[in-house]
Amino acid sequence: MATSQRIRETAGRSLGSRPPFGVSATAVLVTLGTLIPLGFVVAVTATTGWETAVDLIVRPRVGELLFNTIALVVLTVPACIVLGVAAAWLVERTDLPGARTASLLLAAPLAVPAFVNSYAWAGTVPSLSGIPGGVLISVLSYYPLVYIPASAMLRRLDSGLEQSAASLGMGPWRVFFRVVLPQLRLAVGGGALLVGLHLLAEYGAYSMIRFDTFTTAILQQFQSTFNSAAANMLASVLVVLCLLLLLAESAARGNARYARIGPGVAAAPAARPLDRWKPAGVLFVLVLIVLALGVPLVNVIRWLIAGGRAVWEVDELATALFQTLGYGVTGAAVTVLAAFPIAWLAVRYGGRFARFLESSNYITSSMPGIVVALAFVTVTINFAYPLYQETPVVIAAYALLFLPRALVNLRAGFAQAPRELEEAAQALGTRPLGAFVRVTLRLTAPAAAAGAALVFLAVSTELTATLVLAPSGVTTLATRFWALSSEIDYAGAAPYALLLILLSLPMTYLLYRQSQKAVGQ
Amino acid sequence: MTTSPLLPAVNHLELLDITKSFGSTPVLRGLTLSVQKGITTAIVGPSGSGKTTLLRIIAGFDSPDSGVVEFDGGVVAGGPGHAVPAHKRNIGYVAQDGALFPHLSVGENVAFGLDRRAFGRRAARARVAELLGMVSLDAGYADRRPDQLSGGQQQRVALARALARGPSLMLLDEPFSALDAGLRVATRKTVAKTLAETGVTTILVTHDQSEALSFADQVAVMRGGVLAQVGNPFVVYTRPADRATAEFLGDAVILEAHLQGSLAMCALGGIPVRRPTCQGSVQLMLRPEQIRIAEDGNIRGTVVETDFFGPEVTVKIRLHGSAGPAGDGVNGFNGMDGQTVTIRHWNAAMARVGTELRLRVVGEGVAFPA
Repeated sequence: MATSQRIRETAGRSLGSRPPFGVSATAVLVTLGTLIPLGFVVAVTATTGWETAVDLIVRPRVGELLFNTIALVVLTVPACIVLGVAAAWLVERTDLPGARTASLLLAAPLAVPAFVNSYAWAGTVPSLSGIPGGVLISVLSYYPLVYIPASAMLRRLDSGLEQSAASLGMGPWRVFFRVVLPQLRLAVGGGALLVGLHLLAEYGAYSMIRFDTFTTAILQQFQSTFNSAAANMLASVLVVLCLLLLLAESAARGNARYARIGPGVAAAPAARPLDRWKPAGVLFVLVLIVLALGVPLVNVIRWLIAGGRAVWEVDELATALFQTLGYGVTGAAVTVLAAFPIAWLAVRYGGRFARFLESSNYITSSMPGIVVALAFVTVTINFAYPLYQETPVVIAAYALLFLPRALVNLRAGFAQAPRELEEAAQALGTRPLGAFVRVTLRLTAPAAAAGAALVFLAVSTELTATLVLAPSGVTTLATRFWALSSEIDYAGAAPYALLLILLSLPMTYLLYRQSQKAVGQ
Repeated sequence: MTTSPLLPAVNHLELLDITKSFGSTPVLRGLTLSVQKGITTAIVGPSGSGKTTLLRIIAGFDSPDSGVVEFDGGVVAGGPGHAVPAHKRNIGYVAQDGALFPHLSVGENVAFGLDRRAFGRRAARARVAELLGMVSLDAGYADRRPDQLSGGQQQRVALARALARGPSLMLLDEPFSALDAGLRVATRKTVAKTLAETGVTTILVTHDQSEALSFADQVAVMRGGVLAQVGNPFVVYTRPADRATAEFLGDAVILEAHLQGSLAMCALGGIPVRRPTCQGSVQLMLRPEQIRIAEDGNIRGTVVETDFFGPEVTVKIRLHGSAGPAGDGVNGFNGMDGQTVTIRHWNAAMARVGTELRLRVVGEGVAFPA
């Protein structure tokens, strides 16, 4: 996902002509909307006043949170990179037995929401807590974010380069570090950024094992003293951490461009024989799959069996499922509609204006759900009270959080529908609007549907923003699961965990397929 | 559309002083062109000379910054309140890659522009078959997907699709450039034949001079955003307006010469020049095929280099200076020893390096100011 975000298409642009005013205006409005969280952080910091802000930020509690959060990022991100790249290399480039199956199973843990994973581990090892617990659960939940782009890239790399390196006298290890790894840098860097952003934003997984990070502290603060300056200041620090991550990633990326793989068919990568390392390779992949996928699945099933029939509270399940589907469908529709003008401008017109719109949307959507939720609470209380804790606000928060998923897909879709086709339709006597509908819209439909599906599935497993913003009395699968597991009713939570995983499986498969297609185009 | 008071409705398409810039880069700088009904015009120029922009302005996809486009006796672009949108111009357009709709079958592509109310299902199908036949494709192709066709077939389908509405003008934007050599000639012939049969006025844009010369009734050479020369292919080729046009349209032999009246003195002797526009020191242009190897020729030269490529051989000849009746030291051109010319010949055996040859010049030369 991160990789295809940066692929810039130049085909089919109308150089020199101006985009229609209505489209630009809508895109600007959407972008302004997405700037609300950032504006909120700046505004609260300014109104709190310097001295109060310093008092609230410079205190032992914040130091502790900062240590926890930074330690989490510093330990988890490299571990994810090592595990993700190693697994990808084993699956794509060696004669590992069962590589095809392993390839999918290694990506599958992405379908287990981190808070479900945490629930499974807390049930298995009740003493799990603190930094070790946080790192373990995070690595197992998020390494696929590195694994998926790395394996897609490895699959597409021209093995001719490796063969040339070998013919220049390099041994296998030197070939890997000097030829293969540098080419993976961008894909892995994008994946690592996503891991980092998830670490900063995750609430449920850490709260479950009583590991305090900025996000968990903000939510606790919010729940005890609603709309407090302390929570807002913590949010400001969290936003600064996010921006630092974005900066670090773009600095690491530098001016490097995507390795252009020449036209035609790249030489198919030859599988390297593992020989005496084969048992070790198999063991590594098996252990990773068992820990990341096996533990949560076995635990959910174990609780389901232990709970028996009693845990299937049909009415409650149906209500939560219905509510989740409602939010998911509405959220997906609104997000795709909001992304439409921005994607269209970016592909058809390019230029500085469209780039600015696009990048500000990426920055905003890297804001943690808790910050977005706090911003919407503050804005609705002060400026639109009738909307406070109403459905439209929840939907708006979803749209803002998941806009890039729709954007990336629509971009690819518009690239499939070049302007020339629309013009051909006009030359055949079709009105501009008719040509747009009959050609461009029709050709973009599959991409829009894929984007909508991804947003739908992201919404249906969202916990943090939903906890804060959902109208009272509304339960989704995620919030109901959260309520039950917080009451240590592990068996009661199991059916919700199962439904959450089942809902996420198609998203994972879609992401997996998409990255395989996007890389190297 | 109202009839223009400025011009009689003789020309089918009239472009008057068209300018167009992209940002600060001017692409068209006051271009003027007339196209008569039923003829084929080729606009030829190097890439980046603004050909495609011009075509897009005629089609209505872009509008000119200034200037007027008149079509079928009415103003369609330029002039206040006169912009006729593309879909109302009834101008057919075939893009470089065909631009077939990938989500529709070949038949649905061809039928795209047909009026769905005027044609019933069966009538539309018959019309599609007829149109496919016009571009030498079997009616069975109607059910295929565009990606199942070769490049040349896709271009022919694109032409059939554009012909479906009976346009009064057909625009072709480098439609053959993406095809490989053999297919290009065959597709070009099919397209030319189809267009000739329908009698539709056609404008072809290309960077390939031989394509332009063979395809069109009228060739317009474009350079730097204006038309350097417009005319019949033979005239434009044999009597180019300037040296750049001469060299763009084909190989040219350029010699220093002195022009007096209508006779140019150069290393090849005295060469007649028709309607010279200048006198004195000039550059004389001849086409290589005007210089022939002939036993009775009065110009002598030695072969210094040859390049054999099958049916022909290019021969580089160092001239021995002019000789013969017209060349006896007139205006000091005896001293032009050592100039070389490159010509083509069919017989490689006659032209080995070191051989001395006798040459003769056929026809007239063209003189450009030095």
